[in-house]
Amino acid sequence: MTTAIVEVPSVRTSNAPARQAVWTPFNARDEGQRLFKEWYASLEQANERKEPVANVFVMGNAIEILRSFDFHMVFPEINSLQTGVRKTSAEFIRVSEDYGMSPDVCSYVKADMGMMLKEEEHPTGKIPRPDISVSSNMCGTFIKWAEIWERRYKMPSFVLDLPGQRTSNWVVRPGDAQHSADSRWVEDQFKDLIAKCEKITGKRFDIDRLAEIQGRVNQMVIHWNNVMELNRMCPAPYNAMLDGLTYIGIMNVYRGTVEGVDFMRRLEEDIRAKVARGEGRVPEERFRLLFSGTPCYVSMRRLVELFESWGGVFAYSDYLTFAAGGMDAAELLYDTSRPLESLAEVTALAAQRGLSNQFFAHERMEKQIHDYGVDGVVFHGIKSCRFVSAGMADTRDYISKRLGIPTLYIESDLIDPRYWSDAQIKNRVDAFFEALQQRVGAGPMRGREVPTRTGCAL
Amino acid sequence: MKYVAGVDVGSTQTKAVIIDRNRTIVGRALLDMETSMMTIAPDAYRAALKNADLTEDQIEYVTATGYGRYNVTFGNEQVTEISCHARGAVHLFPQTRMVIDIGGQDTKAIRVGPEGQVEDFTMNDKCAAGTGRFLGAASYALEMPLSDLGPLSLKSTNPVRITTTCTVFAESEIISHLAKGCLPEDVLMGVHHAITSRCVSLARRVGIESEATFTGGVSRNVAMVQLLSQQLGIPINVSPDAHFIGALGAALFAHDRAFGGTQQIAAAVAEEA
Repeated sequence: MTTAIVEVPSVRTSNAPARQAVWTPFNARDEGQRLFKEWYASLEQANERKEPVANVFVMGNAIEILRSFDFHMVFPEINSLQTGVRKTSAEFIRVSEDYGMSPDVCSYVKADMGMMLKEEEHPTGKIPRPDISVSSNMCGTFIKWAEIWERRYKMPSFVLDLPGQRTSNWVVRPGDAQHSADSRWVEDQFKDLIAKCEKITGKRFDIDRLAEIQGRVNQMVIHWNNVMELNRMCPAPYNAMLDGLTYIGIMNVYRGTVEGVDFMRRLEEDIRAKVARGEGRVPEERFRLLFSGTPCYVSMRRLVELFESWGGVFAYSDYLTFAAGGMDAAELLYDTSRPLESLAEVTALAAQRGLSNQFFAHERMEKQIHDYGVDGVVFHGIKSCRFVSAGMADTRDYISKRLGIPTLYIESDLIDPRYWSDAQIKNRVDAFFEALQQRVGAGPMRGREVPTRTGCAL
Repeated sequence: MKYVAGVDVGSTQTKAVIIDRNRTIVGRALLDMETSMMTIAPDAYRAALKNADLTEDQIEYVTATGYGRYNVTFGNEQVTEISCHARGAVHLFPQTRMVIDIGGQDTKAIRVGPEGQVEDFTMNDKCAAGTGRFLGAASYALEMPLSDLGPLSLKSTNPVRITTTCTVFAESEIISHLAKGCLPEDVLMGVHHAITSRCVSLARRVGIESEATFTGGVSRNVAMVQLLSQQLGIPINVSPDAHFIGALGAALFAHDRAFGGTQQIAAAVAEEA
């Protein structure tokens, strides 16, 4: 089979020498951990050094503008999920519940609140206090969460108003009248944000710097798309819900940086090599799955283990799209000759795709099921996040009843370990695979090629 | 002649069923979860062997199911009770396209295919509301055996509305209704309505089909059968062996492994004859 792999254009960066295509050993997990460690280490002394710090979310964050002002980026969502990965979330959640927060509040917020109540002590080190926060209406909780920082840290909270879906059966298209109007609305807000950043940092906005950062984002996005495409191969070279979580972490934290481009380039090379060797994530791939929803970071390795024990691999996950800052990266590349306008256009488009996701999730998923040769879809409902879980019932209904694709719904939480019931979840996972097995026959299947029809349209 | 067995280790009871080559039940046993989790499965298995007047060496294959299936150390394989209830129900009632199983801590709605294969399923999550435990709480609060709850509730003329969704709080709500002077049958009918509405909601999620079979221990409750049938709007099959259906399904999976498909069995049976 062939996949629509796209060549990454070179981007002129200030003094960066042309990189030689020399193969060096690359372990994405180790490299990802190293980069994460470096990033957290860089945050530790930020306040003492009087370096500007911004709290941002993984969606709708205008990170390119902030980076052009040399802000340190703090991702409170990532800090919170890290408490889950490091099995310390229960303690942070307990502290915030002792303070009075309800068990129903988003566990990311509670872990962050717990961290604030512990004087910014985090398992990765000291998290600096922000000078500004940039949030958006992409999730209602973002705004309230930012208000907590505003009061605690006595700093400005900048809320981007990103227009979402207004009418049913309407899909925004780049360049249409509505998208143009929305982009101008977003661009005006970016101008306000730039003025605020100039005031905080004492620096003048440098549009060439923004273009340079956008160029690197473009490179990362193209590599990212190619990495996604490569998992259409059978056997899948990586597990979207385990390995993919490292990749997406780098996409967010190192967005627009030289290190980020380098990681994504090497990742693509590494995965291409795995595909060439026919190396799959699971030794005997029997079922290709799609994971819909947000991970249960506190038990993700265990969850993946439950699926892999049946030869099931997550070939794709919609989480890797919406939490990477956009829905359809093919249309989310920046035109670096018009940096600010293009940033606004892409942000408006990504936001509308993100905000409207639940209306069209079934259509998108149907395509993904086909593209990735998916045998079954796993929906993961989040106990403390109704925003990402609400539309799952409709999508699941469509996938199972209209398309006849087996689905599994499991529920736990982002990072609250109290909602993980191992016996119950294992029971559901086992029953799901028993049903899949009954469909295909009891004997083990050989890995098969996944037909390609549509490719990345870049 | 060789036989196969299914052992269903549930949260409140363990059931064992032995079937012959023709898939006829020849022995069964049901033990309440009073002894150790580790010993109850072999105890139930031995009791079923005794009931069938068989010895262990006559059993070709054992399939274990239920939450305690991995504790069945003598089992040859483990299959979830979801698959087993589906398989057992379709075996007893071939037109079954939906299985409602209400057990001690789980309530399941399973959409099944003509061969008993699971098409889709949904279960209660993180909460025992709408399960047998809810009736257990009522039984405890009313100091009444479980077997009396169904018949008494059918005498209700003015059922109360149980609003809580928590099994633990349900007990205090029941007591509060009784303290206000409500009749036990009206309170009980409220409890049955609460369970039914949860269960019907699960059934709607997987899609209500033409014919349903009610399995699990709670299917012995006449009021539950009546209410479920009314609210689902379809006929409900209930077997006298309803609480053995999980174990029966497990035995049928064991049968597949031991004797293969239907044609092979017919040939073998003919040869033996």
